[in-house]
Amino acid sequence: MKTLAELAEIREKMKGKVALREGSNETRIVVGMATCGIAAGARPVLGAFVEKVAQKGLGDRVTVTQTGCIGMCRLEPIAEVFEPGKERVTYVMVTPEMVDRILDEHLKGGKPVWEFTIGAQEKQGE
Amino acid sequence: MIRTHVLICGGTGCNSSGSMKIADALAVELAKAGLQEEVQVVRTGCFGLCERGPVMIVYPEGTFYAHVAVEDAPELVNEHFLKGRIVDRLIYREQGEEQVIPPALSETGFYKTQLRVALRNCGVIDPENIEEYIALDGYAALGKVLTEMTPEDVIKVMKESGLRGRGGGGFPTGLKWEFAAKNISDEKYIICNADEGDPGAFMDRSVLEGDPHAVLEAMAIAGYAIGAGKGYIYCRAEYPIAVKRLNIAIGQAKEYGLLGEDIFSSGFGFDIEVRLGAGAFVCGEETALITSIEGNRGEPKAKPPFPANKGLFEKPTIINNVETLANIPQIILKGAAWFASMGTEKSKGTKVFALGGKIVNTGLVEIPLGTTLREIIFDIGGGIPGGGAFKAAQTGGPSGGCIPAEHLDTAIDYDNLTAIGSMMGSGGMIVMDENNCMVDIARFFLDFTVDESCGKCTPCRVGTRRLLEMLDKITDGNATLEDLDKMEELCNYIKANALCALGQTAPNPVLSTLRYFRNEYEAHVVDKKCPAGVCKKLLRYEILSDKCVGCTLCARKCPVNCISGTVKKPHDIDQSRCIKCGACMDGCKFNAIIKK
Repeated sequence: MKTLAELAEIREKMKGKVALREGSNETRIVVGMATCGIAAGARPVLGAFVEKVAQKGLGDRVTVTQTGCIGMCRLEPIAEVFEPGKERVTYVMVTPEMVDRILDEHLKGGKPVWEFTIGAQEKQGE
Repeated sequence: MIRTHVLICGGTGCNSSGSMKIADALAVELAKAGLQEEVQVVRTGCFGLCERGPVMIVYPEGTFYAHVAVEDAPELVNEHFLKGRIVDRLIYREQGEEQVIPPALSETGFYKTQLRVALRNCGVIDPENIEEYIALDGYAALGKVLTEMTPEDVIKVMKESGLRGRGGGGFPTGLKWEFAAKNISDEKYIICNADEGDPGAFMDRSVLEGDPHAVLEAMAIAGYAIGAGKGYIYCRAEYPIAVKRLNIAIGQAKEYGLLGEDIFSSGFGFDIEVRLGAGAFVCGEETALITSIEGNRGEPKAKPPFPANKGLFEKPTIINNVETLANIPQIILKGAAWFASMGTEKSKGTKVFALGGKIVNTGLVEIPLGTTLREIIFDIGGGIPGGGAFKAAQTGGPSGGCIPAEHLDTAIDYDNLTAIGSMMGSGGMIVMDENNCMVDIARFFLDFTVDESCGKCTPCRVGTRRLLEMLDKITDGNATLEDLDKMEELCNYIKANALCALGQTAPNPVLSTLRYFRNEYEAHVVDKKCPAGVCKKLLRYEILSDKCVGCTLCARKCPVNCISGTVKKPHDIDQSRCIKCGACMDGCKFNAIIKK
């Protein structure tokens, strides 16, 4: 190795990969990955969240994890966003295509995407 | 895209209970579930909680699993890694507590008060991947030293940090480096002493297995500071995993140009080789170690000359212990003041201890110096299994001594331990309870030093042998009080006259037990009794005739047929033929047999 810049380059490249081991961030996106969720297509949704959180540089404050069935199987795939000091937001029937907007408008912009949430879904159902 | 990291301990402890087979099984199950692109299995160094091994931790949740088995792999993959349902039955819970929700690992009693400096990467990174070490600021200290600091600056930082040798001697590291730096020579050497030989000590092994690059980086820094271009790691062949990972690490460091010539275009070059020792305890002594690297039989030499003046191949040489070295990159990065802010007035920083013996959490702990023995044994170690009473802790291995309960609140540092008749040593800590006989403990360590004495000097070769014979006489019940005085005299003679530290410190276990547990020695000598019921020759098994129902079970269990009696009548033990194995007592269903 000839320069400190080369070392810094490896460090930056690898940092994101080991950052996961520092434990959970306060802000979490939790994807329902029970049998019902998986059957409804939760796996590509989880994959999209993981990939795009890293892509958009949110990895240092947002953790993506999975959880079991939360009891609303008909609305799967479900993804919930937990932010410290705020009400949790529940997105239902999520598709990988919706992930971009959730991250941009909600996690970055601070404004939940209303039409994807369970509230909108229930209103529609009435 | 990786979303979950599964860190599984690959240290010697967990390895021997099958952790690498679990890692293989997880890989197979992950592939079956199609998760190999999402979940990464990382084999790390020691987590410290060896008692509960094999252990693994799952991030980002931070779920800590203990006592995992190969058979658990399918459940872990299908429940946790796929569906996010934590496998409750495998979760680590502290003993005696019914926790519904397990606390974060850093909040458990075992980890809460620990402060990890030397062990910071153990159980966090994959030791066989240099890039993971670099991600956590690895080799940044070497870069800083080579591009921004002069050798004098480096030595100044080391002196100001107050770091002292962690191998047992406690000599200030910066001062040692300064001596070697001042010597003018065409070649100098850096040696890493990885010949960890104390029974019950495994700190250095864990650092080498979990974070080998930290040791390599520190050796290169030391080389730059004193003007050495070559380093040797002297490691015992009984540490195959450590040796393997060291060689992988050296290969990777060379490939990345972090060892070899002209590192960071500074003109400084440094090379490291591993030399294997055959496991002789005396080769942990620096002059014997040097002799062994030179290709000769490992025997010590008289000092002076000290290695810093005339060491390996007669050239100025610095020998630092593994744990000492593991602290150095962080001292360079975070500064001397940061390091000096931890610890006590004369003992700075942290110390790693290997907890063993009668303790709930057998394993590896790192604490700031100045922590009390009570905190280590009861808060971190979880106390004595089965609620037994604490009797003593043995520190410093065969060179150290026993610390009795009255000193439980002594703040642990180099000077305090010496003052109470023990020593820091390399950091083995064996906890003993009421069922340990202190004479037997002293005998155990003496037996070890007699075996390990190299035989070069008479005080050690003959002296320790005579000392062991005296101890045998005591445990056999043939000694007199006069023998105790003679024994003490011989101890002091060996201490004063042996050639190297092995002999000079060999009587310590005897002296410290005599100092604190003289009553136990006297019980052996005067009453011909072993209060802890350990020394076989002083034991008697007796059958209580009022409790014995004459079931004949003991007579059938006895391997030497020395129990006689008729059915439904109390039995009797023939003491002259009894071998004190205890099989009769263990077998008796009526508690009719007692040990006296």
